[in-house]
Amino acid sequence: MSQIKNLTKGLINENPVFVLFLGLCPTLGTTTSAINGMGMGLATLFVLVMSNLVVSLIKNFIPDKVRIPAFIVIIASFVTIVELSMQAYVPALFDALGLFIPLIVVNCIVLGRAEAFASKNNIYSSIIDGLGMGIGFTLALTVLGGVREILGSGSIFGFKFIEGDGMLLFILAPGAFIALGYLIMLMQKIKSKSA
Amino acid sequence: MAKKESTLINMVIALFVITFVASASLGLVYQVTKEPIAVARLAKKMEAIQNVVPEFNNQPGTEEYKVAAENGDSLTFYPAKEDGKLVGTAVESSTNLGFSGEIKIMVGFLPDGTIKDVAVLEHKETPGLGDKMERKKSDWSVQFQGKNPANFKIAVKKDGGDVDAITASTISSRAFCDAVERAYKTFMKGGEK
Amino acid sequence: MNKLITISLSPHLHSQDSTRKLMTGVIIALLPSLAVSVWMFGWRTLIVTSVAVLSSVLFEYLIQKFLLKKKLSIVDNSAVVTGLLLAFCLPVNIPIGLILIGSLVAIGVGKMTFGGIGNNPFNPALVGRVFLFISFPVKMTSWPVPMGFKTALTDATTGATPLGIMKEGLRNSETIDNIMKNIPSSMDMFYGKMGGSLGEVAAIALILGFLYLIAKKIITWHIPVSVIGTVFIFTGILWLANPEQNADPVFHLLTGGLLLGAIFMATDYVTSPMTPKGMIIFGIGIGLLTVIIRRYGAYPEGVQFAILIMNAFVPLINSYTKPKRFGEEVKNG
Repeated sequence: MSQIKNLTKGLINENPVFVLFLGLCPTLGTTTSAINGMGMGLATLFVLVMSNLVVSLIKNFIPDKVRIPAFIVIIASFVTIVELSMQAYVPALFDALGLFIPLIVVNCIVLGRAEAFASKNNIYSSIIDGLGMGIGFTLALTVLGGVREILGSGSIFGFKFIEGDGMLLFILAPGAFIALGYLIMLMQKIKSKSA
Repeated sequence: MAKKESTLINMVIALFVITFVASASLGLVYQVTKEPIAVARLAKKMEAIQNVVPEFNNQPGTEEYKVAAENGDSLTFYPAKEDGKLVGTAVESSTNLGFSGEIKIMVGFLPDGTIKDVAVLEHKETPGLGDKMERKKSDWSVQFQGKNPANFKIAVKKDGGDVDAITASTISSRAFCDAVERAYKTFMKGGEK
Repeated sequence: MNKLITISLSPHLHSQDSTRKLMTGVIIALLPSLAVSVWMFGWRTLIVTSVAVLSSVLFEYLIQKFLLKKKLSIVDNSAVVTGLLLAFCLPVNIPIGLILIGSLVAIGVGKMTFGGIGNNPFNPALVGRVFLFISFPVKMTSWPVPMGFKTALTDATTGATPLGIMKEGLRNSETIDNIMKNIPSSMDMFYGKMGGSLGEVAAIALILGFLYLIAKKIITWHIPVSVIGTVFIFTGILWLANPEQNADPVFHLLTGGLLLGAIFMATDYVTSPMTPKGMIIFGIGIGLLTVIIRRYGAYPEGVQFAILIMNAFVPLINSYTKPKRFGEEVKNG
C-alpha cells in the first residue's frame, strides 16, 4: 500500500467515525460546537500518532500475551500528558472538553490502530496511519460539531450569524444522534458514488 | 529482532520497563505543568472576581476567608482591596433550588452592601431557558447591578420581589435570587464581625 | 393497499378498510376539537392548522418525489393526519416558521427517514412536536389565555397551562388547595377553557372524536382506555396517599395532552402493537410513564414523551404477544 493511500484512507473510505463507527462516545459527547469537536479531534490525533509511534517502536519487545495492557499503559500515559498540558496551557478548552479527555484512553480508535496497524507495521507507516486516522477523526468531529453549532446555536466557530437561539435540540444529546445519523447517510452516498 | 516469547520472565520485564518509563515521564510532565495549572486556576478565579467588584490591586484569590451561612455550611469571601483599603467583596454562593442541579454564582458587594455585579460560575439549567442567567447568553442578570438588597427585594415579581424573571424559567430565576439573597445575608453577617 | 396492516410477519390481521378511508375517519374525528379550538383561541387556529397540514403534505410530496424517487402515496391522507395532529400540539401564537420546521421534522425525520408510512417506529407528529418543544422551549410554552376570537397573541397575555401551574406550585412547596385557586375549574377544563395547545384543551370534543372512531371501528378501545385508566388509578393512589402533594385524578385526566395523546396519537396503527393484549400493555406503559414524568420529572407534561418511549417498545411487545399458532408445541428454553 502506498503511503499516500495509507494517509488518505482515514478521511473517507475508512473514516473512523462515519465508516468504522469507532470512538462514538467522545464524538457524540463533545461536538456541541465546531471548535470543541476540533479540539477533541486534535487531542485524539496527538495521542493516536504518539501511541502508534511508540507501539510500533517497541512491538518486538512486548510479549504477545501482555500486549493489550502494555498498549493501554502507553496510551494512558499520552492521554495524561495531553490532559495536564491542556489544563495548563488551554484551560478554556479543557473546561469545555473536561470529562472527555481522560476518556480518550478508552477510545476504541486509539487501541484499535495500535492493535490492528502499529503492532504489525514499521514506524514510518504507523505514524502515517495514526496521522491519517487522526485527521479523519478530527475532520468528522469538526464537521459534526459545525453542523450542530449552525443548527443549534446559529453560529459557526463561535461566530454568530443569527439573532437569538437556534434549534436547541441540536446542542443537546438527541441532536448529536440525529446529526450523526444524517451525516453517515450522506457519507454512504458519497462513498457509493465514488466507488 | 525476533518477537519476545511470552514467558513469565519476559512479560514481567516488559511490563515493568513500560510502566517504569511511563510513570517517570508522567512525573516529569506533572512537574512541568504543575505551576501553569495552578496559575490557570487562580486566573480563572481572579477573572470571576474581577467581573463583580471594583478595581483592586491585591490578590483576593489568596486572601479568601469563609463565613458561616444560615443553614450550616459556609460561603467563601474574597476581599478586593485597592492599596490596602477594602473596595468590595466577592462572595461565592450557591443554591440547590435550580431546575437541575446546583447553581454556583459569584456576587460582588461594595462595602455598604450594594451589589456591584453578579456572575454565574457553574450551572446545569436548561439551554435556551434557564441558561439566560449567564451574561454571555443574555443581559438578564444586569438588573442586579447597583442594587442594594436593603431596598431592592431579591425575589422574582411573582413572589412579591423586584426581580424580573427570565421568560418561561421562573424556577431558574428564583434559584438565582435565592443564591444572591444567601450571599447578601451572609455578607451582612460577615460584615459585622 | 393494506400496507398499514401488514407491516410485520404473521399474524396478518386483515381489514377491509383502505388506508385512505381510515385516515379520513381520523380527520373527521378531529374536527370537533378543531371547532372548539377556533372557539377558544380565535381564527389564528385555522391558520396554524392549515399551515401544518399543507406543509406536511408538501414535504411528503417533495421528499418522495425528489429524494426517494418512489411511488407517491400522498393520496392516503396520512400526511394530513400528521399535520393536523402536529398543529393540535402547538400553541396558537406559534410563529409560522416553527410550524414549517415542525412539519419538516415530523415528515422528514419522523417518517420518511425510516422509509415512509408503515415503516416509522415513532409517531411522526409527536417527533415533530417534541423536536419543537425541546428546541424552542420559550415559544412552545407561552400559552395564550383563551378568550375566543379576542385572544390576544402578544406576550403580555400568556399564561401557564394548568399542569405548568401545578408543577411550579409543588416545586415551591405550596399546598394543593392554594395552587388550585389559580387553576380553572374542572368544568371549564372539560369544555376547554384553559391555556394549552390547540387540540388538547377541550376534553368533551376529544371524547366525541373517540366515540366516533369507536363507532366506525377505526380504533379499538384498548389503548385509550388502558392509558386513561392507568393514569386515573396511579394518580388516584398518589392522591389518596398524600392529598397535600398530589392533584386529584380528574385534574390529571382533563389537563395537558392526555386525552389527545391517548385517543389519537397512541392509537396510530403503525406505531402501536397489533394484538389487544399488546395494546393494553402498551397503554399501561404510557399511563405509568406519563404520571411519572408529570409528578417526578422536570417537565410538567409527559404524554408525548411517554408515547414516544412506548413506541420504541412496540416491536418487543408484538413479539411477546404474538398469538400462538394452533397446535404449536411450546418450546422451553
